[in-house]
Amino acid sequence: MDAGFPVVKLDNVRKQYGSFVAVHQADFSIGRGEFFAMLGPSGCGKTTTLKMIAGFEQPTAGRVFLEGEDVSQVPPHKRNVNTVFQQYALFPHMSVFDNVAFGPRSKKINEAEVKTRVNEMLEVVRLGDFAARRPAQLSGGQQQRVALARALVNYPSALLLDEPLAALDLKLREAMQIELKRIQREVGITFVFVTHDQGEALTMSDRIAVMSEGLVEQVGAPVDIYARPETLFVAGFIGSANLLPGTVMSSDGAGTRVQLLDGTQVVVAAGNSAPNASLSQGNQVTVMLRPEQVVLESEGSMKVFITDTVFQGSSVRVVGRTANDTEVTAIVPAGSNHKAPSAGESVFMQWHASAPYLLEGWPETAGSTNTNVDSIEATL
Amino acid sequence: MTAAHDTKQKWGRGVINGIAGAAMLYLFAPIIVIVVFSFNNPKGKFNIVWRGFTLKNWAHPFSQPELTDALVVSLKVAFISTVIATLLGTCIALALSRYKFKGSGAVNLFLVLPLTSPEVVLGSSLATLFLSRGVSFGIVTVIIAHVMFQVSFVAVTLRARIRGFDWSLEQAAMDLGASPGRAFWKVTFPLILPGILAAALLSFALSIDDFIITFFNAGSLVTFPLQIFGASRVAIPAQINVLATMLLMGSITIMVGALIINSRRNRLNNGSEAKG
Repeated sequence: MDAGFPVVKLDNVRKQYGSFVAVHQADFSIGRGEFFAMLGPSGCGKTTTLKMIAGFEQPTAGRVFLEGEDVSQVPPHKRNVNTVFQQYALFPHMSVFDNVAFGPRSKKINEAEVKTRVNEMLEVVRLGDFAARRPAQLSGGQQQRVALARALVNYPSALLLDEPLAALDLKLREAMQIELKRIQREVGITFVFVTHDQGEALTMSDRIAVMSEGLVEQVGAPVDIYARPETLFVAGFIGSANLLPGTVMSSDGAGTRVQLLDGTQVVVAAGNSAPNASLSQGNQVTVMLRPEQVVLESEGSMKVFITDTVFQGSSVRVVGRTANDTEVTAIVPAGSNHKAPSAGESVFMQWHASAPYLLEGWPETAGSTNTNVDSIEATL
Repeated sequence: MTAAHDTKQKWGRGVINGIAGAAMLYLFAPIIVIVVFSFNNPKGKFNIVWRGFTLKNWAHPFSQPELTDALVVSLKVAFISTVIATLLGTCIALALSRYKFKGSGAVNLFLVLPLTSPEVVLGSSLATLFLSRGVSFGIVTVIIAHVMFQVSFVAVTLRARIRGFDWSLEQAAMDLGASPGRAFWKVTFPLILPGILAAALLSFALSIDDFIITFFNAGSLVTFPLQIFGASRVAIPAQINVLATMLLMGSITIMVGALIINSRRNRLNNGSEAKG
């Protein structure tokens, strides 16, 4: 983050509807030129938080700052932020040009400059030839880019995007991810986007705020959030993980020894634990092992009975059960010399000493979490 | 498919078409008679028996001054009351579809009442109210009476049309720096305007041919329906048919015009617009 104020700052923001708390406490800053994601399952409060930045909702407690100025009580049309709505909300009775010109004209900018700015922005989103069309005559991806141009033409302090890619089909979504990044680099404006798709958040953002049930679980760079989750929720929600509950047996300078429920003992390297994890003897903890960090050998300590293998092109996903019937997953490179084991075999799970990572508490369901592994591998 | 099945289906279709045709005839026959008899050359005062084709009624459509005066009164009443009712009805419809407020349920109920209660009851009770307040009957009382039922009509039809309107469009406008007023006039209003116009046209038609409520509250004022009703006891001149046909043509032209505008708009805004 650069010197001076952050572009957006949330100061202990809380939002309550009657007795329902939508956002318990949001407390983070977003820097200039950042591509920032608010990620979480539906109902986690991410869209409410976005609306409080835009001004469509007022916080029950706490303050919202834009460019260092408290805007908590400022109505949306007087805030220098713009939103790309989930369904784009393009004005159907106006041409593409008039849609994009709406913001500058509302600010009484003279028509000659409006024309220059709109045309310039239509070039940025590559819709120069479509100025005269109506929104209904455009494809989904084109409509999305009109919505982007319409917001960016105002040179906002921050651009807010509410699930911007949710309405597009998979192929177009992937293309638009790249397109969004390109546009953001080109205009250099701070992007704050809301998504429930962790792959999308990992691919596109500089930093991510992971939210769950109105709480901000962790704010950090994608790599950190993936490698060093601070809570069980983050560990399970981001990427795929084997979450193995156990008990701390001993801890010293070299590491922590944990006995898992199936009897296996794992040594977690010193420093490889969440900040809130207690390493005192007898404490209930969870050992996280990412599927791509484990290897399957013919001997070792953790015995796994293979139940299923899924060929994924570059890799094979191997699913098995431990001695106490906990499901675990391993990703084995395909086509290499060591052949992936097949269903019905028993093998042993091994890992590099730096792989295990310690989290406080036990998960609701032990074992592997099933999320899209490919999109994470593509990122890291 | 078997041949027997085929014939059965053909039969069924024939029956349905027959019934539909009969229903259409039932609906349109009176209108056709009115138009045809505007070209009649009647003997005496009653234009009820066909005596031969003539254009003389159409050459002098305004030859009956009482009839023409009554028509002017009706147009005046319909115009003023439609403007007032459309204004009020639009506000009610917007308020009801945008906000949940205390008493919106009651407003909903009161809106439907004028449409469902018998006109005799509405007309007579309104007349009683005017009498007890010492208001003298005239064009003002008739306009008030018409506005009363037109408001309900405009509000109910418009609310149905803007159901599902995408209010995030207005949010988007404000997000882009438009004041709430500018957001309404530049975005919401143009999108619901066709709905407002349609409701206004229909309520205009309701006003111009209202008889019962008008009868109770007109005093000495004579509107077109009242004039025809009064005159029909002593004479039915063919000019009635001529003026009625002209009114009919006028409303058909307006309806077709509205339809064309609407379908052009819908093609342009295809789907992304509410039914506005």
